[in-house]
Parts: sequence; structure tokens; C-alpha cells
Amino acid sequence: MIHFDSISKIYPDNTVGLSEVTFSIDPQEFVSIVGPSGAGKSTLLRMLLAEDRPTDGSIFIGSTNILDLDKYELNDLRRNIGVVFQDFRLLPHKTVYENVSFAMEAAGKSDQEIEEDVPYALELVGIDHKYASFPNQLSGGEQQRTAIARAIVNRPEIIVADEPTGNLDPVNTFDIVDILRKVNELDTTVILATHNTGVIDNLAKRVVTIEGGRLVKDSKTDRINSL
Amino acid sequence: MKTAFKRITRSGFLNFKRNAFISATAILVMVITLSVILSTVFLSAVFSMAIEEIKDKVDVRVVFQVTATESRIMEMKSSLENLEQVSEVTYTNREAALASFLERREGDEVIKEVLAELGENPLGASLNIRAHDPSDYNRIALWIEGSEFNNRNDGIIDNINYIDNQTSIDQLITVMSSLERFGFLSVIILIFISILITFNTIRLTIYTSRDEISVMRLVGASTGYIRGPFVVAGILYGLVAAILTLTLFYPLTLWLGDTATGFFSGLNLFYYYVDNFGQLFLLVTLAGVIIGGISSYMAVKRYLRM
Repeated sequence: MIHFDSISKIYPDNTVGLSEVTFSIDPQEFVSIVGPSGAGKSTLLRMLLAEDRPTDGSIFIGSTNILDLDKYELNDLRRNIGVVFQDFRLLPHKTVYENVSFAMEAAGKSDQEIEEDVPYALELVGIDHKYASFPNQLSGGEQQRTAIARAIVNRPEIIVADEPTGNLDPVNTFDIVDILRKVNELDTTVILATHNTGVIDNLAKRVVTIEGGRLVKDSKTDRINSL
Repeated sequence: MKTAFKRITRSGFLNFKRNAFISATAILVMVITLSVILSTVFLSAVFSMAIEEIKDKVDVRVVFQVTATESRIMEMKSSLENLEQVSEVTYTNREAALASFLERREGDEVIKEVLAELGENPLGASLNIRAHDPSDYNRIALWIEGSEFNNRNDGIIDNINYIDNQTSIDQLITVMSSLERFGFLSVIILIFISILITFNTIRLTIYTSRDEISVMRLVGASTGYIRGPFVVAGILYGLVAAILTLTLFYPLTLWLGDTATGFFSGLNLFYYYVDNFGQLFLLVTLAGVIIGGISSYMAVKRYLRM
């Protein structure tokens, strides 16, 4: 379980990034975090990846407060969280295959495991036919599929997708969300941040709404309250 | 560990190959740095040779009275040879002095006439004294001046030419020591500037990869695993630059050896290059590898703080 416990982020110029955000995510859950641009979605995800630290509050994964981890433990944590970004963030001088295998190499996997798992991950996201291409030879949708393959190849318990459809056309948007749904069906927790509510309308999954750094709506607690 | 090393090395080679333009830029700058280092080695060889040549021309010459006996002169010679500052003492007897004088004045009829009129050899024997270090000449001259061979009653010395030329010799020694110090200092400054330029060039090449480094961090790559390929690429820049520099200096020294040996105090740079190739190869390659590797190591550090 992931638990954000009263997370606040105040920047040096007193801008409020997040204000006492508290909610939990169950294992294997698919949660969409929605809100307008600048609401604090990406800030929240960056904190989960320990890219940024909150001014106040704690973030637990299981029983571990990730703010207490040293840099070696952080590497282990990150190998257990797959990340997908709006701008794909692929390694430009590596092929599709090498981009995906890099995540496994970084996790210390053997050559045999890499040779078995990378083609499987590429096939799962439908990019296996482009395994030898470089990122600049791919369309936006293909780059995002590669990024998802990289995120899932180590079979992480959590996938974090920050505006993964932000740079894609409607067809690719649908495909990418569908892939994330399939990944979730393989028992992976998926956290999807988006400002495009159209993306989540067809998902029928839990939606957490953040505005101005505050959690303003959680479909799960609304449902519980309405019972 | 072995697998990680293999992967890091392979990744470094791929980075080097796929970032061809950036690699070429870094190599070019490193070629300039290594050329500066190699040139300073050549300059220092030329300089040492020039200094040796000047030192070779400086000596203390003691000219004896015509009445001085050879046994007394030999006595003084062995006393001088026992001084720790003295490296060599050469004896020229009266006959040899006259022969050498006539050889220099060959065809000068007036001299011949004067000598014939005198009816005897007017030149005294002499000792030429060389010191290990030019700064010792003064001490040697003072020793001679105060010795029993120079006393008023039974002295045998006619003159000590060092004392006549003392000012110019002292000036020469001062100029030589200043040049040595200045040469060493300028070499250090030049090498420092070149290394700084190389370091900044490599830093710029890694700056272009800063986003990649942050992505590597986010997929959980360890510091060593991120830094390794950059260090490998840096070492490759150094290796290739060293080979290019050494190749470039072959025709350059060949040309300079043919045309400018006189200018370089008689040192043929090509022969110097060929004779010392092993040491020069080691020096340039090690410098390239160390500068490339360390620059990359330090440049990546900045982007690893996450």
C-alpha cells in the first residue's frame, strides 16, 4: 500500500505546491490523479519517486517511509517503480531494445533474463517490430510504448505515469491508456496523472482530484460515504 | 561485477561511436592539449641542450708565467682536480699554446716577424678548468687566487681569465637560471590552461547528456553504472587523441629535424622523437587517458546530485 500522509510542499517564494494531501492507494489499484495544469499532480508523483522532498508529511510504501531512505535504498526503490513521462525521456543514443534493457541492466539482471524479458515487454506494448530503431526514428505513440515497456520490464509493483498522453493524438491516447489498463490487470498498481478528463472517463477506475495543491475529491471515499 | 564492467565498457564504446560529432570535438581539443604537453617536452629538451652548450663554453683559464715549471703546474692541476666543484682540468703546454696561436693567426706576417725577433716562445702554459655547475666558477677562481700558486714571491700564475670575464659570466649564469625558472613556470601554466580547456569541453559534452543522466537515475541505475560509460568514453577520447597527436608529430618533427636543427641548438627533433618514442608514447597516452577519464568522472558528478 502507498500512503501519502499530510503531504505539503511550500517553495522558497512561499508558493504552495501541495497542502496537506492525504490518501492511500491499495496494491493492484488503478488510480487516476486529475486536475488542471499546475494543480500539484506532478509534484506529488515526483515525491513518490523521491525526486523532490515535501516540506512536511510522510510517504509510505508498505511500512517504509521513503523520506528516510539513503541513496542506495532509493536506487532499489526506483527499480521497483516504473515511470512513464509526457516527454517519454528515452535515452536518445540507445535503440528501443537498449532503452528497455538498460532498466534491467541497472537492476543487475542477467543477460539471459534480459534476452527473455525485453522481447516480451516490447511485444506486450506492440513495439517489438521497431526494436532496432532509435527514438528519433519513432512516432510519439511509439516512443511512449517504448517508455512503457521500459517501465514494466522489471515487473515493478507500481507504475507511475505522468501525463503519458499529453503529447499524443486521440488514437494513440486510447492505445496507451489501454496498455496501462492491461498492465494493471497483470497485478501492477498504476498511478496515472492527467489533466485530460476524457482519458479517464472510459476507465471506470478510482479518480483523485487535486486543485491548487489540495485534494478536493476522491471517488473512492465518495463512494464509501454514499453507502 | 564482471557483467557490470562488461556492460559499462560496451556502453562507453557505443556512446563514443554514436555521439560521433561530440566525440570528434572532444578529441580535437584533447589533441591540442596533448600537443602542448608534447611540445613542452621538446622545448625542454631543446632548452636543456642550449643550456648545456652554454655551460660547455664557460670555464676558468689560468695562464702561467713563462718561467713556471711543468711539475709546479701539474701540482696545481692535481690540487684543482681534488676540489669537489671541479669536473675537468685540461693542461696546454707552451708549445701547444704557440701552435694553436699560430694556427689562429695563419698568414699574419707581422706576428711571425715579431715572434722571430723575440727569438723565443712568449706564451705561457695554461690550465682550463670546468666546474660541475656554473655557479661554482666563482668559488674555484677565488680558490686559485688565494692559493700558494698565486702568491707574490714564488707564484707561477700570470693571469686568471675568469676574473677578467667575471661580470659577463655571472650575468650569463643569472640569465640561464632565470630562463630555467621561467621555462618551468610557463610549461606549468600552459599545461594547466590546456587541461582546463579539455575539462570544460568534456563537461560540455556531458552537459548535453544531463537529461539522460536524470532518466538513468529514475530507472534506479547506481552512480557507478551511470558514471562508468562516460568515464570509458573520456578514456577513449584520450586514447584516440594520443594516437592522433603522436601521428601528427611524426611528419612535423621530420620536417623540423631537416630544416631547423641549427635553430634548436643542434638538436634534431626527429631523432629525439624516434629515439624516445617509447617514453613519449607512454607520457602522451597516460596524459590523455588520465585527463579524459578524470574530466569525465568530475563532470558527471554534478548531474548525479539527485
